[in-house]
Amino acid sequence: MTQYMLSVHTVAGEAEPTGEELQRLYAQVDAFNKKVTDAGIWVFGGGLEPIEATTTVDATGTEPIITDGPFAEAKEWIGGFWILEAPDLDAALKLAIEASAACEGRVEVRPFQPE
Amino acid sequence: MTTDLDIERIFREEHGRVVASLIRRFGDIDIAEDAAAEALLAAVERWPADGVPPNPGGWLTTTAARKAIDKIRRESHRDAKYQQAAMIIDDTPHEPTGPVEDDRLRLIFTCCHPALAPEARVALTLRLLGGLTVPEIASAFLVSETTMGQRITRAKKKIAAARIPYRVPAAEDLPGRLSGVLAVLYLVFNEGYLATSGPAPVRVDLTAEAIRLCRVLRSLLPTEPEVAGLLALMLLTDARRTARFAGGVLVPLADQDRASWDPSEIEEGLALVRECLAVNRPGAYQLQAAVNAVHTSARTAADTDWSQIAVLYTQLQSMTPSPVVALNRAIAVAELDGPAVGLAEVDRLELATYHLWHATRAELLRRLDRPHDARSAYDAALALTDNEAERRYLTRRRDSL
Repeated sequence: MTQYMLSVHTVAGEAEPTGEELQRLYAQVDAFNKKVTDAGIWVFGGGLEPIEATTTVDATGTEPIITDGPFAEAKEWIGGFWILEAPDLDAALKLAIEASAACEGRVEVRPFQPE
Repeated sequence: MTTDLDIERIFREEHGRVVASLIRRFGDIDIAEDAAAEALLAAVERWPADGVPPNPGGWLTTTAARKAIDKIRRESHRDAKYQQAAMIIDDTPHEPTGPVEDDRLRLIFTCCHPALAPEARVALTLRLLGGLTVPEIASAFLVSETTMGQRITRAKKKIAAARIPYRVPAAEDLPGRLSGVLAVLYLVFNEGYLATSGPAPVRVDLTAEAIRLCRVLRSLLPTEPEVAGLLALMLLTDARRTARFAGGVLVPLADQDRASWDPSEIEEGLALVRECLAVNRPGAYQLQAAVNAVHTSARTAADTDWSQIAVLYTQLQSMTPSPVVALNRAIAVAELDGPAVGLAEVDRLELATYHLWHATRAELLRRLDRPHDARSAYDAALALTDNEAERRYLTRRRDSL
């Protein structure tokens, strides 16, 4: 089994879901989460706070530098992600299709390196 | 007497089978490719003296497998990763397997996987199944060898890292995935049939390879009518290849010497179209093949059954709506109801970046006796194509106004 990260991408300027829309998304995502947990392929996952809550740390130099905001001025960022186990990419893509429909967002699928 | 040319032809024909079976056995595309190349060297050394073995594909697979095992054993001392691979090696002899079990089918679906970039799908298919070399593929698509080499390497790395499966898709996923495979083969064919640029108007190597791979696919999936449809479409189109050019100038269908069309390709293509009609599960390739069947069945251009062609394009338009299909329908309508009706349909289409839209307008405007407008339309078509034979034809038409 390979672990895949299914990350949900948020694009700057897109309207944030609110009210009933948000309730619907939560319900859909909960149902997907229950399904993958029951299937025993759930590794980890969750939604992230908005991009404004990001802090960047750079300890590559002599002194660590801590700055407000993301590392690069990005027009899109990860809003949340799942890490799931799948036997191959086809299985991971099927999960991603369900995940994308549940969270109503674009999902990027990326394999983890083998241990 | 076995020449290097014979060996090269056999190797190319057997390449897909050899590599596909080695990939299944060793689980690694690079190992399979390297071993196949070594087996070719061995064949070049031995076959001229010993003669071609009765089952050259089997010989190449067995030899390549031995080479791969040798290499894995050598490297296993250095690299623990290969030690694991060496454990799974068996010495099962090369057995001809049934179509469903044919490893080439797995390989086609891996090479044409939607998670790979479209240009990488084409390149990988030609490399692994077609046995074309990287320089050959690079020159066919007019990119540098370095670029093509990187494209293929990147695709192979993604297959390994993302674990793109080496498997024929499940029945419920097959139609969707198969359409991706057919699209790759048709793209290879079209690039060969009407090269988008470059000195050669037709690249026979690409059209022949697309037909060959489509035949392989048909032998593996004999009950899929769209596979038969695509093969028929390619054959009926290719049958007219030599008639399409005279002295480096494009010859349009109506003016072609029908006696120089390839009768065996037409016969095979027509038989496939009849087979599709009997199955009655129409698809986009089958309908386009049917259009070509109508053209190739007409004894003279004047005998063409344009109403049948218009019906087929209407059906195609409802299945896969596109302005290009609508343009082809409008051409049939112009033949049936006159150039004014045809032009009205053509002018409704948003195809200003497509050279054949302008070329079609030019021909209809000529028939409507509007030489000034026709001239501008020929100019617009010329500005949008780099194919030399087409350019010469369009220039000649413009200058004859």
